Amino acid sequence: MIVASALLAVVAVFGVPAGLTLYIFLAEKAVSRLSSHRQKGVRPWLWVAPGLILLTVFLLYPVINTIIMSLMNKDSSRFVGLLNYLRIFTERDMLIVLRNNVLWLVFFTLVTVTLGLLIAVLSDRVKYESVAKALIFLPMAISFVAAGVIWKFMYEFKPKGTPQIGTVNAVLTTLFPSFEPQAWLFNPGINNWALIVVGIWMWTGFAMVIFSASIKGVPKEIVEAARIDGAKELQVFFRVTLPLIKPTIVVVTTTLIINVLKIFDIVYVMTNGILGTEVIANRMYKEMFNFLNFGMASALAVILLVAIIPVMLINIKRFGQRGGK
Amino acid sequence: MRGKRGAPGKAPSFKKLRIPRKWNNLSSRLVLFVRRSPLHLILIVICIIWLIPTTGLLISSFRPRSLILTTGWWNAFTFPYRFTMENYLHVIQRANMGRSFFNSLMIAIPATVMPILVAAFTAYAFSWMRFPGRDTLFLIIIGLLVVPLQMTLIPILRLFNRLHLTGTFAGIWIAHTAYGLPFAIYLLRNFIGGIPEDLFESAFLDGASHFQIFYRMVLPISVPAIASLAIFQFMWVWNDLLVALIYLGGTPGVAPMTVTISNLVNSYGGGWEFLTSAAFISMILPLVVFFSLQRYFIRGILAGSIKG
Repeated sequence: MIVASALLAVVAVFGVPAGLTLYIFLAEKAVSRLSSHRQKGVRPWLWVAPGLILLTVFLLYPVINTIIMSLMNKDSSRFVGLLNYLRIFTERDMLIVLRNNVLWLVFFTLVTVTLGLLIAVLSDRVKYESVAKALIFLPMAISFVAAGVIWKFMYEFKPKGTPQIGTVNAVLTTLFPSFEPQAWLFNPGINNWALIVVGIWMWTGFAMVIFSASIKGVPKEIVEAARIDGAKELQVFFRVTLPLIKPTIVVVTTTLIINVLKIFDIVYVMTNGILGTEVIANRMYKEMFNFLNFGMASALAVILLVAIIPVMLINIKRFGQRGGK
Repeated sequence: MRGKRGAPGKAPSFKKLRIPRKWNNLSSRLVLFVRRSPLHLILIVICIIWLIPTTGLLISSFRPRSLILTTGWWNAFTFPYRFTMENYLHVIQRANMGRSFFNSLMIAIPATVMPILVAAFTAYAFSWMRFPGRDTLFLIIIGLLVVPLQMTLIPILRLFNRLHLTGTFAGIWIAHTAYGLPFAIYLLRNFIGGIPEDLFESAFLDGASHFQIFYRMVLPISVPAIASLAIFQFMWVWNDLLVALIYLGGTPGVAPMTVTISNLVNSYGGGWEFLTSAAFISMILPLVVFFSLQRYFIRGILAGSIKG
């Protein structure tokens, strides 16, 4: 079994590029027999065909199909109109799911952008910049699953009086002797915040790397000129640097929003959505596999898409502007 | 650089005091250091906070169960200094982590290689061929870049069920290939579109065909972009949980590490000695890739955001 699948992988790694090369070679051969006018019309489609077919089958068609399914019942046998959506916006546990996504959206994005910017600005002024940046960026390289394990361990809770093995409780009880150790992931008042912290820990490096590149792109002369004019460092930052890197802030913010709306793994691994921590993607997974309610699962996915559409339009507009130049 | 960035007005005032040169240098440095100490303090504290979670995991993964559960990992370097490889041996042999590591490789390597040529073909046509609807099509691809994967799961799962592709490597390769395409096309189009036009003109004058230009010129020039893309896709697939969970389902024989670990979390609850070592095994390869190819990785991130 292992040998067979390893062989299959080798075939895929070498066979797929070879097959694609053969395909384009034969396609070009066939095209070259056409008149030069016809060639211009046909050739581009042969080159884009593999990509477009895959995109159509795996992205375009499913999106349309999911929208249709969201208007159907559990097993897609009967049309129910907007019933699924109605349920999402009226049922109590669904509203909690939506609320959690809003919490994530607002606080995760706000804190990650601010911290990323702060670290980028600070590290720009020290000699150990590359080390500091690598440390902050490191969590980006690991999976949400591993991060989930790491932070579950950080949040580990032991009753008061026994030695705390979770770092967070240990630090807090040492610093403030009157502090009551908390079950961070099980206390409904704080568990969402505890999860959001994990997201921030993972993504701050992403924001920082992009901000850092953008800050380095600000012309030195402008900054120096402002300093010679007597501007304080804070003024230089808010009046000169910040306006110049504004487009980058938009990019980072939109990227973070796109990713945070889809957040799934952290919640799945750390709490599996219990005790009021469920988010849209986790609920969708549950509707799919636990309740086998494909109509509801599809409606949840459509809500994700609708929430992302404004961001998508910004993306397209940004590209349009660039293409115009 | 330091002098410039510090306070420009300060240095001359020291000269007026007629302090010996050496002193002047030393004391102004000291003043500068003290003035900048909040900066260092904030940055170093942030770095330490960022490093602690991973350090705790790494150290705990080498501690015996009895110690993990009774004392914090920061006590590892005090008496009784006990470390063990037992946890790693256990998860590799009995918790299926060895097999899962193999599966992760089996999923990630083909899923990284497969989209590259497909995307490069498309990007080449989008950059250097004219056809009706080209710009609209490209905008649609930009739009697909942000479509939540969740939108596609149910229809594709049904399709895979019908084709008997659920629970197979082939199915997840194709899925990851398609999911990676919008970003891959976008990134490569930006790069291939940026190749100077003169190169193409002179190649066509020499009578080169599109096939030759693509394989002899475009692909070799694009190696840096392809490297960024490959690293990105590899990390994405390696760290993915959702796609594997859905299309591979509960089949343990093909489960990658992300799926196995999330099952361990459910079944082992407080078995920190196994969870920490399993999590670290899954981090080894990404960390090696990250530290050795950091430049390409970051270039991929920047290409996907700043230039776009």
